[in-house]
Amino acid sequence: MTVSAAIRPKSPIERLLASNSWLVFAFLYLPILLLIGFSFNDNRNVGIWTSFSTRWYGEMFQNGDVMRALRNTLIVALASTVVSTVLGTMAAIAMERFRFRGRGTLDGLLYLPIIIPDVTMAVMMLLFFAQAFEMVGGFVRFNFGLGTIALSHIAFNISFVAVVVRARLSQLDGALEEAAADLYADRWQAFRRVTLPLIMPGVAGGALLALTLSLDDVVVTSFVSGPGSTTLPVYVFGLVRRGVTPLINAVSTVMLVASMILVGVSLLFQRGNRSPDQEEGLT
Amino acid sequence: MTDAAVSLSGVTKHFGEVIAVAGVDLDVADGEFFSLLGPSGCGKTTTLRLIAGFEFPTKGSIRIHGAEVGLEPPHRRPVNTVFQSYALFPHMTVEDNVAFGLQMKKVSPHEISDRVRRALDMVQLAHRAGAKPSQLSGGQQQRVALARALVNEPEVLLLDEPLGALDLKLRQAMQVELKELQERVGITFIYVTHDQEEALTMSDRIGVMSEGRLLQVGEPEQIYEHPTSRFVADFIGEINLLPATVVDSGTVELVGGHRVSATTGTGAGTEVTVAIRPERFELYDLDETVPDGSNRIEGTVARRTYYGDVFYYDVDTPAGRIEAKEENRPGIDHYEHGDPVIVVWHRSAMSVVKD
Amino acid sequence: MIPAPTKTARQELERSAESADSRRGLLISLPSYVYLVLFFAIPFGIVFVYSFATRSRTGRTVLEGWNLDSYARLGDSIVREIAFRSLVLAVVTTVICLLASYPFAYYIATRRPAIRNILLVLVMIPFWSNFLVRTYAWRVLLGTNGPISQLSQLLGGEEIRILFTNTAVLIGLVYGYLPFMVLPLYASLERMDWNLVEAARDLYASGWTAFRRITLPLSMPGVIAGSILVFIPSLGAYVTPALLGGARTTLLGDYIVGQFLSARNWPYGSALSVAVMIVMLFAAILYFRAGAKNA
Repeated sequence: MTVSAAIRPKSPIERLLASNSWLVFAFLYLPILLLIGFSFNDNRNVGIWTSFSTRWYGEMFQNGDVMRALRNTLIVALASTVVSTVLGTMAAIAMERFRFRGRGTLDGLLYLPIIIPDVTMAVMMLLFFAQAFEMVGGFVRFNFGLGTIALSHIAFNISFVAVVVRARLSQLDGALEEAAADLYADRWQAFRRVTLPLIMPGVAGGALLALTLSLDDVVVTSFVSGPGSTTLPVYVFGLVRRGVTPLINAVSTVMLVASMILVGVSLLFQRGNRSPDQEEGLT
Repeated sequence: MTDAAVSLSGVTKHFGEVIAVAGVDLDVADGEFFSLLGPSGCGKTTTLRLIAGFEFPTKGSIRIHGAEVGLEPPHRRPVNTVFQSYALFPHMTVEDNVAFGLQMKKVSPHEISDRVRRALDMVQLAHRAGAKPSQLSGGQQQRVALARALVNEPEVLLLDEPLGALDLKLRQAMQVELKELQERVGITFIYVTHDQEEALTMSDRIGVMSEGRLLQVGEPEQIYEHPTSRFVADFIGEINLLPATVVDSGTVELVGGHRVSATTGTGAGTEVTVAIRPERFELYDLDETVPDGSNRIEGTVARRTYYGDVFYYDVDTPAGRIEAKEENRPGIDHYEHGDPVIVVWHRSAMSVVKD
Repeated sequence: MIPAPTKTARQELERSAESADSRRGLLISLPSYVYLVLFFAIPFGIVFVYSFATRSRTGRTVLEGWNLDSYARLGDSIVREIAFRSLVLAVVTTVICLLASYPFAYYIATRRPAIRNILLVLVMIPFWSNFLVRTYAWRVLLGTNGPISQLSQLLGGEEIRILFTNTAVLIGLVYGYLPFMVLPLYASLERMDWNLVEAARDLYASGWTAFRRITLPLSMPGVIAGSILVFIPSLGAYVTPALLGGARTTLLGDYIVGQFLSARNWPYGSALSVAVMIVMLFAAILYFRAGAKNA
């Protein structure tokens, strides 16, 4: 697509668009950069710069609460990503390649978690577990904890993975799977040798999305967690309500840089896997 | 026909309300190069897909060398397909693509590499064995698709407009190559196309389809010289179609009352169409002698178009406007706009068709 | 020679081929189906049921005496006030995001492919970075002693405190959801056939007219998608107002959460949730309708 002819180069409008874009980029990145900068501030008073120091990082790694929250976060994120990616991919394949009774219902069920706000989701899961514990409390001892958090994350992540994988599946040339069948592959062999390798970027994209949503989640987690099962975002959220401290800056920077590296790596990985004529974004 | 390579009996395919294939009966002989020819939407591709197994027939039976396969899934049929879009697996090399079918059939790795090499040699792409499809040109991809199908030594090879995406020169070259390949390998080819030139030059026999029906099956010469329906006459080559009424078994009456001799098999009064190819006409001056036994009609040249090697004359006659084609050779008279001429043709050079 | 199947045998074969396929599809979808029914549909059902329950004096939920009291409270002035405030905030957020994102997406879409990819990656990185942290950054920036305030003081003005106001929440929402607007807009613009714009220019249209009558209408699917993707989360936002907003400016998210954490009125909170869910569903259906019309 040659678009350059649609806009005369260096016209005043062109310059306006360019400056607007730089402003937006600045708007997007400055807060992040400032935050990272301030995490190295020696001053206890966050806004006023004194001198460079890494003491807050040191404090962070020695803080038991922070480390515990980090461990919980990783456990939950890993578990929910793996399970939701598998279930979401299976759902996507079922929806895109098969006709079965109840397909319409599943379609609706898959879209709902995407459109409801996390507050509603949090309420739903809280009530569900509260009610469930009451009902089985006599037989088995369940409680709010990492399990309930993971189960809740999976509940909304399945849909997001399914959407991404479905998009990828629908772009796949149907003739490829026909060709595999024509060449004596039964359905399972065709899936394993043709379909699956070709939707891998989609599956990876869905997994990344699930991971990110799990790491981002505050409300749902705080509703269904119990004592000792706090995750990092919830922990930070709790701290912040009580006031800004440099320790939070350090923790935030670590979370930020980690997620940025994760995204950067996966984007590079995807770009390498992509065939030349696939240019769309990850949504 | 005993043990035809492919035998279709009363094959019908409905897609909901739409009837894509309506009661097709067809026998394709062993080792034949058979083409299914027709305009878009006529059902030729659907028929091919029914033979391949990508669709199941609503009614009718499909036999390959005598074995009923109508409801078998594609991976259990002894046929292979060359797709219009080639459908090469983008994540596999050329070599892996060609080897795929053999791997599915659990052929030994040693034999696989041997057969793959020979298949690639046959299409002159052995030097690109390690390339990915996206790195190949359209013509090369097409040949890989061919090798991938043929390496499995199928009983029948199905080709769905395989040359459609190629430019003219390449297409013509590939037509020759495909024909030679088929003759060498001896496998039955069923070839779907909407290009009648392609069908005429390559096929042993052609089946013309329209609106789900198989209208006529025959050798190219048969189809061209003696179309049995108006559609086939019109679809193949250029033709003049003149409405007429049957007078008796040897005469028809054209519009305007002019009677010409023709072989008709139908009763008097039937409305028919007289079909004559432009090159079957000869134009004579009014004072020239016309050979005995020919049909003739007088008219005036309305337009002359020069094509270098031929002249096209549009001649207005009482029976309608006639298009005649004459070679641009020394010794042949040329006519101008407004010249009166006699349009002459032999009664064997025309067909009388209904609908 | 194998005889062709009889009519009934064929019908059976066909039906069994189709139902085998259908069974396989059902089997593959089963795990996620079961999971979603168990951990999504049923939870929602429970919320729905709870919205008709009563609250005991001690704050426990009693599953008897079914009533519509909770729903009746939805008409209270305080609810209307909060709902209205949330709605206005969501709409303003969406509009600002749209106005800022459109030229931005347009710029990216009209660059050379190599530059476009780099710019896209640069947009994606904040998008995928931790949402809480990105919002927290503004808490630092907007404080009384924050950099913005310091900057204004440096320029001779007085100290600015934007934190804990509606403006702060607005900034936080726009910042958080901007990428949600940029990406669909970009996708829509990138897919467009730019030859149409050239054709319009060829037919004497000025740059602005070509944009207004060709580009803008053709990018409508992206505008609608982006707007819904910003509007819905903004309406139910909790984290951003909690971090950046003040005690006096309660919004829907916080109000609902309050019913479960402090006020302990679960039936009422459930009714609120159901109401919010219905509004979201409505907005989503509108989106799909509009999307289908524009496709």
